[in-house]
Amino acid sequence: MSKRSTEPLLWLLFSAGGVVAALLIPALLFLFGLAFPLGWVSPPHYAHLAAVLGHPVSRLGLLVFCVLALFHWAHRFRYALYDGLRLKHLEGAINLLCYGGALAGSAVAGYLLLTPW
Amino acid sequence: MADLITLRVTRYRPENDTEPTTQDYEIPLRKEWAVLDGLNHIKDHLDGTLSYRWSCRMGICGSCGMTVNGEPRLTCATFLEDCAPGPIRVEPLRNFPVIRDLVVEIGDFMRKLPQVKPWVIREEEASIDSEYLQTPAELDQYKQFSMCINCMLCYSACPVYALDKDFLGPAAIALAQRYNLDSRDQGSAERMDVLSAAEGIWSCTFVGECTTACPKGVDPAGAIQRYKFTAAMESLKAFLLPRGTR
Repeated sequence: MSKRSTEPLLWLLFSAGGVVAALLIPALLFLFGLAFPLGWVSPPHYAHLAAVLGHPVSRLGLLVFCVLALFHWAHRFRYALYDGLRLKHLEGAINLLCYGGALAGSAVAGYLLLTPW
Repeated sequence: MADLITLRVTRYRPENDTEPTTQDYEIPLRKEWAVLDGLNHIKDHLDGTLSYRWSCRMGICGSCGMTVNGEPRLTCATFLEDCAPGPIRVEPLRNFPVIRDLVVEIGDFMRKLPQVKPWVIREEEASIDSEYLQTPAELDQYKQFSMCINCMLCYSACPVYALDKDFLGPAAIALAQRYNLDSRDQGSAERMDVLSAAEGIWSCTFVGECTTACPKGVDPAGAIQRYKFTAAMESLKAFLLPRGTR
């Protein structure tokens, strides 16, 4: 019963995390990993970038991104352990590791992003 | 002399065998022959004791699903030439108990299928001389799911079903969606409990092998993911909204 009631919510987080990760991570990797270092696109000045990142809306956006991506990982890794490694009998410990890990990571992300730099 | 090809067929005769064994048969390699034609040649000319299911020979009946060279295939649609030079391994469908030789026990699927009520449900039947009109766009909503022939190749391909036989499975869910997405149907609420149970859509981890295996171009993995969204929205609504407004 507990699986039935929490599974849809966990899946929504997984799904949303998958979408934002698939859209944002390649874009960020392309910009900061290739386009800026190789000079394909002129990079923003440090002050500009720092101002963008310092804005509360950017920070909130990054926090949502981190939280969703972590819950995406948690759900996927949980099933990788359940089915891939056939560890479903350790359900309790796996759930604690995966979703507990995602919650802990979210807390760290919240602390880093929402406390003044 | 015509070219020959070897069919390496899994045999299991429960009255004699404790374990399945394999038996090789040399059959003519003909351009127009599918694996099923090869099996029929064996049955008619080489070994009448071989057991397997088949009926239509044209990809409609869904009876002749077997594991050919390790892949779930309709044997009537898998041509010998495409598997040359052989030997071609012909095994029963995986994930099902074997009754005899290439014949599997399909009772599990036959019990699950009616649970999703795969028929048009109406709150009230219209009079006998009226019609339920449907636009081409409404037809497109469910048409691909209506191509399912219940061949169970998707169950054979599904790694989740391999681990958990309680999983409702790809074809049953795709067929539920075939009716849920039909503009003439009013039964989606009746199907929801079975579909959104833990053994329903939530068991699926979106491996996607069902869609790869389907010989009729149905996308059960897509149907399941789509229904996950529907069910998740329903449970969010149930969680957030007071009872009266649902």
